[in-house]
Amino acid sequence: MSTPKEKQQPQIGFVAGFIVPGLPQPLLAPEQSPGWGRVRQAFDILRERLDALKPDVLVIYSTQWPSVLGHQIQADPRPQGVHVDHEFHDLGTMEYNFPVHVPYADAYIGCGKERGLHMRRVCFKGFPIDTGSLVALGLLNPDNRIPCTLVSSNMYSDRAETIVLGKAARDAAQKQKLRAVAIASTALSNRLWTKPMPPKNDAISSQKDDEWNRKLLEILAQGRLEDVAQLARQFAREAHADSKLKAIWWLSAALGSSNDFRGEVLAYEALYGTGAAVVELRPGGVSRGEQEFDEDDVEFYRGERSVLSPSSQGQKTPAKARPS
Amino acid sequence: MKNQNNAASKGSIVAGVLAPHPPHLVYAENPPQNEPRAEGGWEELRWGYERLRKSLSSEDFDVIIVHTPHWRTVVGHHLLAVPHFKDLSVDPVFPHLFRYNYDLKVDVELAEMIAAEGQSAGLQTSLMRNPKFRVDYGTIISCHLSHPTWDKPIVSISSNAAADYFSTDVGQQEMIALGHATRAAIEKSGRRALLLASCSLSHRHFTEEPQIPEDMTYEHIYNHNQYLWDMRMLKMMRAGESRRVIAEMPDFTDQAISETRAGCLTWLIAAMNFPTTPATVHAYGTVIGTGNAVVEWRM
Repeated sequence: MSTPKEKQQPQIGFVAGFIVPGLPQPLLAPEQSPGWGRVRQAFDILRERLDALKPDVLVIYSTQWPSVLGHQIQADPRPQGVHVDHEFHDLGTMEYNFPVHVPYADAYIGCGKERGLHMRRVCFKGFPIDTGSLVALGLLNPDNRIPCTLVSSNMYSDRAETIVLGKAARDAAQKQKLRAVAIASTALSNRLWTKPMPPKNDAISSQKDDEWNRKLLEILAQGRLEDVAQLARQFAREAHADSKLKAIWWLSAALGSSNDFRGEVLAYEALYGTGAAVVELRPGGVSRGEQEFDEDDVEFYRGERSVLSPSSQGQKTPAKARPS
Repeated sequence: MKNQNNAASKGSIVAGVLAPHPPHLVYAENPPQNEPRAEGGWEELRWGYERLRKSLSSEDFDVIIVHTPHWRTVVGHHLLAVPHFKDLSVDPVFPHLFRYNYDLKVDVELAEMIAAEGQSAGLQTSLMRNPKFRVDYGTIISCHLSHPTWDKPIVSISSNAAADYFSTDVGQQEMIALGHATRAAIEKSGRRALLLASCSLSHRHFTEEPQIPEDMTYEHIYNHNQYLWDMRMLKMMRAGESRRVIAEMPDFTDQAISETRAGCLTWLIAAMNFPTTPATVHAYGTVIGTGNAVVEWRM
């Protein structure tokens, strides 16, 4: 283990990272359940801290925006519209009209391409914004003072690719000399109740999930974000994680793939059976050893690995399979 | 089945269709509702849909019922229950291909009947009554490709995630029960219904696309395993072996990463009461590596 050392807080790049849940109850119906209300209160505290940080841009990775073709980055200067959640449509409608930091979005796309990623710029009138992004924006940036950009969650992207995507987010913030806050919109355990549950009776739907969630939060409270990122695969197997917990891979990489944070868990509650945590991570803790690793390259994405044809490694589909 | 004898008050399923929903097919058709323009592409599948439409033109029906993977729900099975929807649908995955202005009517009464039948069978069902709801693109695309005039009301049913939460076998049992409930509701309603299962077969995508999306030199199945599984399933359908299709569905779903995980095809076959008549395969083709077939069962 390396010698513990104090680290200074950065002035540019990512100055903080948040983990927030993406279900709509804290935004649309916090009064229906004491637990939902406590999540809402934690969002309110986080919003005040966010304001104090005076960031130039919020970068939100949402597990509820899936992509297939590479990584999509929202670059519409002003997305606006209405959204109704596919599951909880009875809770109401989310209206949105928020600013996007287009120079950052474009820089992110460029930095991702430099790291070998397939990046796609999204700028379409009427493009549907997902519930997770809207909950984060609605509760952390309700007056839309801080421009943002949104990042999709590629359904095929595994750990190495997602780490590279996080590093590209970091590259872009530093290249643009921006103060940025990285927000991972994700549940921890993601097992919803499968039958209607009265809000006041809401609880984590599995004791095992609850125990795993608490273990992760114990580590996060110590600021050991990279350790949690490395636990993600095991957590996903054990606790029905939200999208393999890949939002944590992205967040850790964006924040520098280390354990030297000051972590605080502002809330941990059930949202319709899922594990919902509001967590703040600020650089500046004590380094506890940096052990970043993966079986693949964590700096540059070299394409899908073909386990059947080692000689084709590094080639990208569909180009690899041209008709001859 | 046309209304015959005493069947005037008894509804029926006139046909069931495996009707996949790649937005590429609408994009390539250049209908006025869709904003992006294409030079063509994916002709085999599009011509297969043409053959389907020609086949369906000989049969009148009152309503289209579609089971869609792109409205995924966990708390039971949801059904659209607002009479009219009009909006712009932008595909969140392929926004450069599909930005479609839709204007559709819903058969709310039939949706309520299916929900009630499902409840009676022990399923959890709920009705979606928020008028601001954005109809999913699976529903829109399958309906457009099967019946582009939009002159029939629809019923759209969400795909419950039981297969993901428990297992493909459990998910399949859930969808069989939903299929039976759908059939019972149709019969009570007196409607003649066209059923659409809005899903692909094998479903592993390429994660990149060529600069010109419709450049067909790039289009092929993602891997040979998927092709073999797709052919195996189609062979059984063509032989009228729908019970065997159901029996092998969990393995197919897991091993071919199939979109049948959403339950659409199981729901369809159960609603048709496991037909033994051979299905007509109007087309098979790939879209960014996924296997898609347009298959019709005439009842």
